[in-house]
Amino acid sequence: MNLEELHDLATQAQAKAKSQEHHVHICMAASCQSSGAADLQKGFTEKVKQSGAGDRVCVKGVGCMGLCCAGPLVRVESTTAGGESHLYQHVKKDDVTELYASIGKKPVERLECPTDIPFFERQQRIVLENSGRIDPEQIEDYIGAGGYRSLVRALTEMSPQDVLREVSDSGLRGRGGGGYPSGLKWATVARSPHPTKYVICNADEGDPGAFMDRAVLESDPHRVLEGMTLAAYAVGAEYGYVYIRAEYPLAVERLKTAIRQATRRGLLGRQICDTPFSFEIEIRLGAGAFVCGEETALIASIEGQRGQPSPRPPYPADEGLWDCPTLINNVETLANIPAIVREGGQWFRSIGTEKSTGTKVFALAGRITNTGLIEVPMGISLREIIEEIGGGIPDGRTFKAVQTGGPSGGCLPEEHLDMPVDYDTLRTAGSIMGSGGMIVMDESSSMVDVARYFMEFCMSESCGKCIPCRAGTHQMHGILAKIARGDATAADLQLLEELCEVVRDTSLCGLGQTAPNPVQSTLRYFRHEYEEKLKADPFAAAKPATT
Amino acid sequence: MPRYPTPANAPPKVRVVTLRINGQDVSAREDETILSVAVDHGIRIPSLCYLEGLTAWGACRLCVVEVAGIPKLLPACSTVVTEGMVVETNSDKLKRYRRMILELLFAERNHVCSVCVSNGHCELQNLAAECGMDHVRVPYRNAPYEVDSSHDFFRVDHNRCVLCTRCVRVCDEIEGAHTWDVMGRGVECQVITDLHTPWGESESCTSCGKCVQVCPTGALVKKGTAAGEMEKLGDFLPYLTQMRGKQ
Ligand SMILES: Cc1cc2nc3c(=O)[nH]c(=O)nc-3n(C[C@H](O)[C@H](O)[C@H](O)COP(=O)(O)O)c2cc1C
Ligand code: SF4
Ligand code: SF4
Repeated sequence: MNLEELHDLATQAQAKAKSQEHHVHICMAASCQSSGAADLQKGFTEKVKQSGAGDRVCVKGVGCMGLCCAGPLVRVESTTAGGESHLYQHVKKDDVTELYASIGKKPVERLECPTDIPFFERQQRIVLENSGRIDPEQIEDYIGAGGYRSLVRALTEMSPQDVLREVSDSGLRGRGGGGYPSGLKWATVARSPHPTKYVICNADEGDPGAFMDRAVLESDPHRVLEGMTLAAYAVGAEYGYVYIRAEYPLAVERLKTAIRQATRRGLLGRQICDTPFSFEIEIRLGAGAFVCGEETALIASIEGQRGQPSPRPPYPADEGLWDCPTLINNVETLANIPAIVREGGQWFRSIGTEKSTGTKVFALAGRITNTGLIEVPMGISLREIIEEIGGGIPDGRTFKAVQTGGPSGGCLPEEHLDMPVDYDTLRTAGSIMGSGGMIVMDESSSMVDVARYFMEFCMSESCGKCIPCRAGTHQMHGILAKIARGDATAADLQLLEELCEVVRDTSLCGLGQTAPNPVQSTLRYFRHEYEEKLKADPFAAAKPATT
Repeated sequence: MPRYPTPANAPPKVRVVTLRINGQDVSAREDETILSVAVDHGIRIPSLCYLEGLTAWGACRLCVVEVAGIPKLLPACSTVVTEGMVVETNSDKLKRYRRMILELLFAERNHVCSVCVSNGHCELQNLAAECGMDHVRVPYRNAPYEVDSSHDFFRVDHNRCVLCTRCVRVCDEIEGAHTWDVMGRGVECQVITDLHTPWGESESCTSCGKCVQVCPTGALVKKGTAAGEMEKLGDFLPYLTQMRGKQ
């Protein structure tokens, strides 16, 4: 495959799409599927068959459209001049006949979902640019949308250093939680003279409430493959792994299909695009342990060992999989790469803030009107995300806190809502960007319960290797439960704070180091909620003043 | 040290670096760890999972030290020295942290020393004395664990295990049997023989007893020892590895 052939393929795909007047796109991501999207697709396909309109109407399943709370979502589009586009929400099997009849005529107002709301208008889509528009199971759709152009152009017109430079210039930082500059990481691997190197895509996504990576893989798997292949070209790797949890069967299926299609088209495998560059990708299924998302544990797991972290340094970039230099990046990080190579690092840098460039995908969940998947430029304020895009808190309740970063993150109160969302500001406020989970809470949530919930998660996900995390999370959970029950005294709270400090500073890996975050941030902003639950120490009076 | 040979990172000779530990200037080979340099210079850093002759594990976190310019605490057993490094091994904060880590260990399982065969010869007990841990503030878990006496010569009492994995490593790395491994997650972790079969029925165990000798506590013991009788041969391992290296 060369650029011309790719261009021909793209034109063909576009022409085919144009030849059909009407397009019915049904969201087939996991959320809409679980509320019956597959039946809708079957229904529409049958209608087309019955009416013999196959050459005019195209029915296809696409990836996530974002507004998961309104699913199943169906978009009906016309390609004719002045063609209209209508988005329908909460579509049921019985609505298919009415919707099908309306194609090319008056839309069904009853089901229409407004698209001029901030939820859609305030987003800026890079990672999700194709999501909800293309059929993730058809490589032609991806190519028709400009896919694989970056790869073919890089292989035929750019040197690995050129690709690396664009990524460095872009200022892209890792989306897996740490925010480490991707260009620096790539350069470390690229610099190594070792003959064997690996690229790993981290699709373990274990934060409760986060589903960004799943959505990207389900909606646009080729994008991740293209990003990985570009990364492999830049750092000089020939083998890659996608480490994905087995709880994501749909994403795994689509990835497998995508790998097969790309290999058949010569865009993956031996001598890609007839150049000497080869890159093969294998899928490794994880059993769903949260700690296996940590890079050293993930590597151990791929090697067939117990998924346990090991001390860094050595960093995977120096000594990773089978002791070879290994580039490990998150799904979303890699999904940004095709766009960066296509538009240039400077373009990417122009989006977002100076130190946090580009966009970030967030999974909005909790007490918020519009739950679902959004992609926004970095630097946007939390208030804009929650009140405008998210549509505020439903049922006339009031906002209390927003939790970012999952079990490693923190809870931020109202007074921090105007803060820009970027890696460094969130950190100074006591939370983290994390991988992109965002849980909104109203006044009915107890902060002690929230802290206890996340601690329970860390306790049961701790791998048990190091003492502070293994025994410390257990003890912290015990104290939090005691506070929640109303049985704790001020001494317990003090012990909890001391434990937080020890576990944070001495644990081996990020899980233990950040496990106290939810407790420390809620103590920082909602200390009174803890104190209200304390009972007087029955022995306080009897105790000597100094102990 | 990178474990793979490449022209660029396999220098013919190892350089010597100078660093400062607790205000004392010391010199060391650049491939040594902070812990081994400290030991060479008579500076004691508490540690539990570390054992000379086995790969560093970095799990007990007792050996964490402060290094100037690095915000995180680093495990001395698995951090290689660098030129000009300034290390502090015994600050008030570190002492406080070590006490807390030991408290967590003592509360995690049953460590009633007076009835233990290792009483008086136990590394955990010694560490508590060394670090000044004289009482435990966190509640005891009181979770009962099994005692497996199925082996002809040895016994494993999981109530005394601190999950240092010395047994796992010595069995795998020195004896080559890999009888031991770890099962479960978090506080539910447990060392097991083979696929959690009773030790006496293990097909891979050679009954060499190395695991018993390296176990820091009374978790792995010889049968037929009474309270306080189980002394272990601490230093056979460096001797063994040294002799093997010479071959
Ligand atoms: C406990 C723990 C869990 C993690 N889980 C994930 C995960 O699910 N997905 C991910 O991409 N990174 C995860 N990370 C971060 C990875 O260790 C690593 O930093 C990341 O994959 C690097 O990719 P990036 O630079 O593209 O962010 C986790 C880290 C820790 C400490
Ligand atoms: S911090 Fe927790 S998860 Fe990480 S190595 Fe230690 S015990 Fe395992
Ligand atoms: S049995 Fe002994 S050597 Fe093995 S992990 Fe437990 S304490 Fe360590």
